[in-house]
Amino acid sequence: MRRSVWILILAAPIVLAAAQLVRDSWGFTASAAQAPTSSTEVKIDNFSFGPAALTVAAGTTVTWTNRDDIPHTVVSDDKAFKSKVLDTDEKFSFTFTKPGTYSYFCSVHPKMTGKVVVQ
Amino acid sequence: MTKIVKDEIVHDHNGDGIDRRGFLKCMAWAGTGALCVMQGGVLKSYSLSRLSDLGASAAAAGELSFVQISDSHMGFSKPANPDVAGTLKAAVDKINALSGAPEFLLHTGDISHLSKPEEFDTVDQILKATGKEVFFVPGEHDVLNDDGAQFRERYGKAAKGAGWYSFEKKGVHFIGLVNVMNLKAGGLGTLGHEQLEWLEDDVKQLKSSTPIVVFAHIPLWTVYPEWGWGTDDSAQALAYLKKFGSVTVLNGHIHQTMQKVEGNVTFHTAASTAFPQPQPGKADSPGPMKVPAEQLRSVLGITDVNYVRGQHALAVVDSSLA
Repeated sequence: MRRSVWILILAAPIVLAAAQLVRDSWGFTASAAQAPTSSTEVKIDNFSFGPAALTVAAGTTVTWTNRDDIPHTVVSDDKAFKSKVLDTDEKFSFTFTKPGTYSYFCSVHPKMTGKVVVQ
Repeated sequence: MTKIVKDEIVHDHNGDGIDRRGFLKCMAWAGTGALCVMQGGVLKSYSLSRLSDLGASAAAAGELSFVQISDSHMGFSKPANPDVAGTLKAAVDKINALSGAPEFLLHTGDISHLSKPEEFDTVDQILKATGKEVFFVPGEHDVLNDDGAQFRERYGKAAKGAGWYSFEKKGVHFIGLVNVMNLKAGGLGTLGHEQLEWLEDDVKQLKSSTPIVVFAHIPLWTVYPEWGWGTDDSAQALAYLKKFGSVTVLNGHIHQTMQKVEGNVTFHTAASTAFPQPQPGKADSPGPMKVPAEQLRSVLGITDVNYVRGQHALAVVDSSLA
């Protein structure tokens, strides 16, 4: 093969990696656990919250959506928030204004727990 | 199947005419639709087709018979059972066909699916066809959104606290307990201090020969804690019942029949009339379990309970809706 082709092949991963670094620093591919975004989703399914641990910035609105075939609730341990019962496809949203760790559970099935860490 | 099988008592530890091996053997029969009754110190089992013989003689002896149903989940309409009203009606038909007619019904909770008024109304309407009084305790699905205010308004006017109460029928003391309120994150069912104090007081004056029947939604023994199938302070409740020679605990919540005998206490859970749930650990979560449509009624059911005066163990028989 020609040398120019070899150089291109070797250079490609370096270029791609550099591009990824740039994208990360600009927040284009931020994931919920690393860089807070303005709205975040928690999916309720199979008697569990997903993700079970979520990190968001203060001022973020988190929305829980029940995809399970059984109703669930979202109730914080310290009474900061409490949803009404959510049947399948129903949602509950809460805006976290103050930093802190908010543990919550399903009051109907208390073994289901999760937390939101607000930075 | 119309065979009658006689069992001899081998070891009579508690002096109540029944030994653990005999009882457990009989419980295995119960799963296939047989009735085990103590008669003259001998444990006899009858197939359900012979139930009419037993019913007649039990009624003549002035004994007590009642039916437990559970987990009707009125309002549920997912694939596991798109017609929970239909299967509840089938349960009522089954109850009406029992010739040892039950005196009353116990419903061990999750009457509704979403605590909606129309859901409770529908269940009341369907159960009217039995013509029998029904005693309810709430499930967690019955106390959503309002801390159980609606449940108490409908079914617990004479009850205390979150809806606990007791009553007597033919010398048997019935205690309805509520273990679905104020559930804590990561926890199990809970009775709470106020209810336990009431229970201690309620049974204090009773003679130890009084047969006790306790009914509550979540199992009062630890069936499977990973799925919340247990009650964190039930040991205290059972301690108050230790003096009694016969205690029967009837629960629901797990949508399958299960039984356990511990000394003088027999624990039993009923099937649901709405949908089955998986056995402990046999699925990722305890959600509604879909079975082939033609099998649905065979995994739903009612529980017939007979008390024969003078005998310690109540005869508990599960039958499916098939």
